[in-house]
Amino acid sequence: MSERSVRNFNINFGPQHPAAHGVLRLVLELDGEVVERVDPHVGLLHRGTEKLMEHKTYLQAVPYLDRLDYVAPMNQEHAFALAVEKLLGINAPRRGSLIRVLYSEIGRILSHILNVTTQALDVGALTPITWGFEEREKLMVFYERASGSRMHAAFFRPGGVHQDLPQELIDDIGQWCDPFLKVCDDIEGLLSDNRIFKQRNVDIGNVSLEDAWAWGFSGVMVRGSGAAWDLRKSQPYECYDEMDFDIPIGKNGDNYDRYLIRMEEMRQSVRIIKQCVELLSGTSGQGPISATDGKVVPPKRGEMKKTMEALIHHFKLYTEGYKVPAGEVYTAVEAPKGEFGIFLVSDGSNKPYRCKIRAPGFAHLSAMDFLCRGYMLADVSAIMGSIDIVFGEVDR
Amino acid sequence: MDDALNDLKSYLDDAMVDLIDGSQFAFGEITLDVGIGNLISTLRFLRDDMQTQFVSIIDICGVDYPGRKKRFDVIYHLLSPHQNLRLRIRLKTDADTPVPSATEIYPGANWFEREAYDLYGILFSGHPDLRRLLTDYGFEGHPLRKDFPLTGHVEVRYDDELKRVVYEPVELRQEFRNFDFLSPWEGTEYILPGDEKAKE
Repeated sequence: MSERSVRNFNINFGPQHPAAHGVLRLVLELDGEVVERVDPHVGLLHRGTEKLMEHKTYLQAVPYLDRLDYVAPMNQEHAFALAVEKLLGINAPRRGSLIRVLYSEIGRILSHILNVTTQALDVGALTPITWGFEEREKLMVFYERASGSRMHAAFFRPGGVHQDLPQELIDDIGQWCDPFLKVCDDIEGLLSDNRIFKQRNVDIGNVSLEDAWAWGFSGVMVRGSGAAWDLRKSQPYECYDEMDFDIPIGKNGDNYDRYLIRMEEMRQSVRIIKQCVELLSGTSGQGPISATDGKVVPPKRGEMKKTMEALIHHFKLYTEGYKVPAGEVYTAVEAPKGEFGIFLVSDGSNKPYRCKIRAPGFAHLSAMDFLCRGYMLADVSAIMGSIDIVFGEVDR
Repeated sequence: MDDALNDLKSYLDDAMVDLIDGSQFAFGEITLDVGIGNLISTLRFLRDDMQTQFVSIIDICGVDYPGRKKRFDVIYHLLSPHQNLRLRIRLKTDADTPVPSATEIYPGANWFEREAYDLYGILFSGHPDLRRLLTDYGFEGHPLRKDFPLTGHVEVRYDDELKRVVYEPVELRQEFRNFDFLSPWEGTEYILPGDEKAKE
């Protein structure tokens, strides 16, 4: 048979594509079915968060953080709260810190459920998402019972958390843990040994550890490639150093390893949640939930009605806000998707001079060309599912 | 943690005396000031030296100080997972002087530099593909500069007659209100406008 000239194709993937996980436009250059070049066009969800934050007081900037990775909102607030606290030189009190850890882990499970089940959906498994979202719904109710909002909580504020948790809520979270582990088993039963799932994911999207670091990867993306790197362990913040949990790592750095790590991380998060529930219910976990000197965290409303000083603080903090000493800090938390960092520049006024948001998904998506080159068209959506992208944080 | 950072700082001050212009230690973080000409050799040293091993690029971003002659800071955040250390590198540039691109050392720098170019107009020489990243196709201006208005210059709407999206100058029902928060918490240290006329 004579040789035929094969035409290269350019196709547009998205911005309206169910496997694009939001508003991603990929311009793909294909040789037959093999991907030769990927050019992601992002920014369709760009809202100018960083610019807006420069025009708001520190407290008013908090809700913008929720809208970045809207799958695990409180983890983002956490990085911002830590950055402001570092500049102010304060720490969240013990109970506030435990509540933060508890809700960070709930956020991690929220994000991992979404990612694992949609990754399965991308390669054709329809059931896991229905099982997983039942649990997400319960977790969102926990969010709502703590903050009044299912997603955009504005709950972790500089100085502590906004409101205390009632004991019934803590008990309910504790009771949720064990049934959830059963759901994890069920989802794993559907996927881990599933032939189709493995065919679509094993040995797809391989990343070597060296490349992972050089591309600025973090979180599951480096753990999948074999690095025992988790900021909760290596650079502990809040009270993570007291918590007992393990860091799963992968061997091959492919999609399947990353899926396994996410499943195991959910179980480890449940372990942390159980410890937090126990500590919060015990005597050592009682006490204030946020800074009490009234210079950063406004006093409670009841107090405001009784004392003049509380009234003044309340008024000043909700209008002018607090002034943050000048300086530059970078703080990072282990968000579900990787290292979420805030680079905060303060000029000593009540508004951030510059607040750079370092989103893990941004670095991961920037390597899309590197990850997909040489794989088949169908693998693009599998890889995209595996690198766990949410456009709120990529586009900011 | 602070001991390790102090060790790192004294090591860097010795080993990189030719490369860096200065170093600061504040809030438990080290910042190195680097000139544009030395950036690439600094990054290469930090990545390859066995005592530093900053193999991971965490972030590159710009900061705008319009009052300065070299108005932009370009900030690089590096991470050394082997030594468990972080480092910040700061260099100054203006709107016309290009900064050498770090993509040859860290491929992950690609999008961070595109973002800094898009939002601040900082130029990077040697970058493989310096296009806008986050803003709209055909966008004009650099939105994170301090002299770019918060509301922007154009707004879009769908025009039913033209059957397409049209761009129009921004029209605001109300001016953007920027409140003056000069008054301090405890007693004024300055004269409020109008008070200078009052006799003591």
